[in-house]
Amino acid sequence: MLRYTVKRLGSLLASLVVASLVIFACIEVVPGDPASFMLGINAQPDTVAALREELGLNRAPHERYIAWVGGLVTGDFGTSYTYRSPVSEIVVERLAISLPLAIYALSLTILVAFPVGILAATRRGSLTDISVMATTQLGVAIPNFWFALLMVLVFAVNLRWFSAGGFPGWDAGIPAAVKALTLPAIALALPQASILARVMRSSLLDTLSEDYIRTARAKGLTGRQALRKHALRNALIPVLTIIGLQFSFLLAGAIIIENVFFLPGLGRLVFQAISQRDLIVVESVVMILVFAVIIVNFLVDLAYAWVDPRLRSRT
Amino acid sequence: MTEERLFRAALRSRNLVVGNLLAAAFAIGALLSLFWTPYDVTELAIATRLQAPSAVHWFGTDHFGRDILSMIMVGAQTSIAVAIVAVGIGMGIGVPLGLAAAARRGSLLDETIMRSNDLVFAFPSLLIAIMITTVFGPSALNAIIAIGIFNIPVFARLTRGAALPLWTRDYILSARVSGKGPVRISVEHILPNVTNLLIVQGTIQFSLGILAEAALSYVGLGVQPPTPSWGRMLADSQTLIAIAPHMAMFPGFAILLTVLGLNLAGDGLCDLLDPRIRNA
Repeated sequence: MLRYTVKRLGSLLASLVVASLVIFACIEVVPGDPASFMLGINAQPDTVAALREELGLNRAPHERYIAWVGGLVTGDFGTSYTYRSPVSEIVVERLAISLPLAIYALSLTILVAFPVGILAATRRGSLTDISVMATTQLGVAIPNFWFALLMVLVFAVNLRWFSAGGFPGWDAGIPAAVKALTLPAIALALPQASILARVMRSSLLDTLSEDYIRTARAKGLTGRQALRKHALRNALIPVLTIIGLQFSFLLAGAIIIENVFFLPGLGRLVFQAISQRDLIVVESVVMILVFAVIIVNFLVDLAYAWVDPRLRSRT
Repeated sequence: MTEERLFRAALRSRNLVVGNLLAAAFAIGALLSLFWTPYDVTELAIATRLQAPSAVHWFGTDHFGRDILSMIMVGAQTSIAVAIVAVGIGMGIGVPLGLAAAARRGSLLDETIMRSNDLVFAFPSLLIAIMITTVFGPSALNAIIAIGIFNIPVFARLTRGAALPLWTRDYILSARVSGKGPVRISVEHILPNVTNLLIVQGTIQFSLGILAEAALSYVGLGVQPPTPSWGRMLADSQTLIAIAPHMAMFPGFAILLTVLGLNLAGDGLCDLLDPRIRNA
């Protein structure tokens, strides 16, 4: 297990280095140079020169790359040009919304998908199973930002149970903040829960047809006991992998959903930064999101190898 | 299985028939819009704006008085074109990469291909789109590239995974003995055996491409106005949802039904083309 971990850690570091190089190179190739790009075509030459100095553009690219990565490692992400405050401060402030939103959505996904998937698998071919399959088929096909709009129409405009958007801040109390995140979390969770319920169902159906389940039943276990003691645990292995992958989809998906509900999270920050041409913010936020995705995938790989020892020797 | 029997089996598959009908309806709408739409989608008619569905405007009009049915037809063009080209990029680059990786299993080439695939997976298509948009500005072309790049590792992995076990088969061995090189074997013997898988995955990626295009246009990173696109129409409808909900209904249903149709067709094709499932 240790050897496997070290090996995976090596490829994790390699991925991070290459990802940072790609992101850095993207910003390098903007038309003109980053300073004149950020200030627009009407900027005075001395303003551009001042910003070039501030961004350190007069240094060689490799020096700037090392300085940028060094900053990322020590938590110094540079200063936002439009907000005039440290990017790290803005990001932490925005993460206080995006991260709880992603976790909320992931919890909803699991809470719905597990029972629904198990129910459908244990009653294969029944009316319950058929309606679960039909509903999840719809859930996968529905664009989640449209579903979000429909929920706004029903629960905010017509029923007035929720506000149509915005965030009161965690200072307004946890219940108010959680309420503001509820519709966005449901919108994010719907397609993921549909996928997960289907994975749970098919994985459980696979394990239920295994010989050791028949043996367990022959030993005198009831269907329910065999399910709980043997089938569920084995069926969980592929399900866990999917959950890990889904967390990164939720983080990225939150970018869109935050825009539907006007939530001041990382997603809205990115879009504001794009329209204001604040390259420093875009560069850092994209790097943070990629970092999160790579780390989550790494943890999933480890968890998977820990649960299934066969994988360790294979790779 | 003969072609006739395959065709009969296809007709018996409810998923395949319903899915193809749905997808075909939108494809026909898109094709028709190349020659004719009920109204001109670039013509503004402020006097008749925000009208609810009626006999004159079946799906109503938007905030500029444009006919929503016409916009949905032209929007289908946008969606389908973006998704087709994006799948084309993914297959065109991903399949040869996957074949090459499988032919030289364990080599530096294989390792490089698989590692760079991991890297692309770490950038969800939305992040790729954000990077491209920041640098080159939003456009349909950039949306296509963003979705297409993300498709490359999907097809590369699938092809490699399916091709690897084939390389140990006897008929590949006899092809090697007869002096065929890895490129010829890949094209003549491996590729035909993974085509079914590629078709099924292509359908899935096509429907994901439609969803991704809608999402990118919705946040303004895709097709730019005045070209109609479903995602853009939903973005326009958002501030008017309380007074003109029909503006949000029709484009949303268009996306839902197209994606649903393609997913059903994908499921149906999978059952039909995979003999292990079919005989079970």
